Amino acid sequence: MSMTLSYDRLSEEEKHRRFLDRIEKGEKIEADDWMPDDYRQTLIKLISMHGISEIMGALPEKEWVPKAPSLRRKLGIMAKVQDEMGHGQLLLRVAEDLMKPYGKTREEIMQDLFRGDLKFHNVFHMPAPTWGDAGLIGWLVDGAAIITQTNMLKASYGPYARALKRICAEEVFHAQHGEAIILALAEGTDAQRAMIQDAIDRWWESLLMFFGPATSTTTGTSKQDITIKYKIRTKTNEQLRQDFLDKYIPRVLSLGLTIPDETLRYDKTEEKWVYKQPDWSEFKNIVRNNGPKSKDRLNLRINAYENNAWVREALSPDEAVV
Amino acid sequence: MKSPQEVNADPAYKQALTELLYQLADDDFVLAFRGSEWLGLAPHIEEDVAFSSINQDTMGHAAMYYQLLEDLGEGKADDLAHGRKAFERKNAILLEEVNGPGHYLKEPYYDWAFAVVRHYFYAQAKKVKIDSLKNSSYEPLAQAAVKINMELYYHLLHWKTWFTQLASAKGEAPERMKKAVVKVCQDFAGVLTLGPKADEIAGFHLIEDENQLKQRWVNEMEKVFSPSGLQLPEVEMVRGDGRNGIHTTDLDTALETLSEVYRQDPAASW
Repeated sequence: MSMTLSYDRLSEEEKHRRFLDRIEKGEKIEADDWMPDDYRQTLIKLISMHGISEIMGALPEKEWVPKAPSLRRKLGIMAKVQDEMGHGQLLLRVAEDLMKPYGKTREEIMQDLFRGDLKFHNVFHMPAPTWGDAGLIGWLVDGAAIITQTNMLKASYGPYARALKRICAEEVFHAQHGEAIILALAEGTDAQRAMIQDAIDRWWESLLMFFGPATSTTTGTSKQDITIKYKIRTKTNEQLRQDFLDKYIPRVLSLGLTIPDETLRYDKTEEKWVYKQPDWSEFKNIVRNNGPKSKDRLNLRINAYENNAWVREALSPDEAVV
Repeated sequence: MKSPQEVNADPAYKQALTELLYQLADDDFVLAFRGSEWLGLAPHIEEDVAFSSINQDTMGHAAMYYQLLEDLGEGKADDLAHGRKAFERKNAILLEEVNGPGHYLKEPYYDWAFAVVRHYFYAQAKKVKIDSLKNSSYEPLAQAAVKINMELYYHLLHWKTWFTQLASAKGEAPERMKKAVVKVCQDFAGVLTLGPKADEIAGFHLIEDENQLKQRWVNEMEKVFSPSGLQLPEVEMVRGDGRNGIHTTDLDTALETLSEVYRQDPAASW
């Protein structure tokens, strides 16, 4: 108690200095600790976007859950999508704790999503028209997610770092689930192989966009500088994209598949992949809910929310959950 | 009977056993499918997680029954699940019914009251059957029942909680629940029946007599209905007996969706 009181008497600058010292020493910041406003706001934005992306991310796969072609695949994709929902729930709980001082709840997160103020990941605005897409999402989208999430496992904010630890462990299973679907198709008939190539061609640009622009000059905004400054993450967007290309280009090629970028090459002197830039203006457009499936998926969520209003009413207002 | 080999030596026993297994498998399979259509549409995120877990368990139970059929030489489990025509299916009509108006990807106006009542009533009926199947004369089925029972305990608890909470809640919930109860009871006898071979199924001690099972189900339901002042209507089979291969167009569209990829190449490995 006395420590809290003395901490309260410190000036804002002193609090800020001590906060940075703690981060510098690798200490974890907890939900009830003092933190600068821009740190809190960055975390709220990052974690609620992450949480909502997990939930919206269930929707492209939703189509394929009932349609999975065997009992084993049905069970696999059901388990996978259930995990994604669970991650969403876990992350929204972390975001809710951060929002408490502002008097905000999960209701506001949902309303922000419905209004278009809270964005979700670019990949989840895209169509998934075949079973090949279901496999590719598990394999490469989850593979990309593992890379970005591993980058934040040592995040200075303790509750987020701990949630990510659990999420990453499950994502590894998802990537294996996706890879198993892809391998079965790759070893299958010509039509099955064509299905994966088609999915790669469709998803390649979105996968490059997944890591975000290299600098804020590309799209006007980027959160990477502040997240690195506060030790929420360590690597830049471009470093993460290069890690992804390092890991997956050889795997894609080893299956006899091609990457839809004739300019793609590895520069040995610079030790990096040189690739055709995706259309970053299109990226901005997509995350503003103008992607091919943005409206449909948002409408599905809004529709379910309104359709179940009577259930929320039935659960007492004190216990209301959204 | 301990093994498929013993069963195959007794055609009458085998006929009764496969009949029962198809009922059990098809019931779980089609209801797990309907449940999976709810993904992302449940009243809140916590429920989405819980409901998907239940659907996954239920699909797993169907897979166990189809595997028992495969072991008896009925064909591959995946083909039994995905390849059979509607008239070959033995599931109760109530379980194939759509979740509500709309499509699972477009404007689904699904009815949560119907979901709760159908799943609660079904989980209780399944519990009664599973308890009896633990003593089935076919040992592999008795063993499967022991495994299924462990997960079923949570399903029943889950749906019973939803049911009692909504039935006594404020707002329009009790009225919606009452309507759903009436709707579900009109076809629920189709879940409780053991179909045209009911006597043989009970005669070979594969499971107890259907009247005994039904009475046990009614007794369990009364424990929840009586204190709440709700009335449990008489269960009927208004649209016919699914165990006889009688089905609605809801099953046709369900099969079309759930076997869409499988049908592209049933011989391929997916």
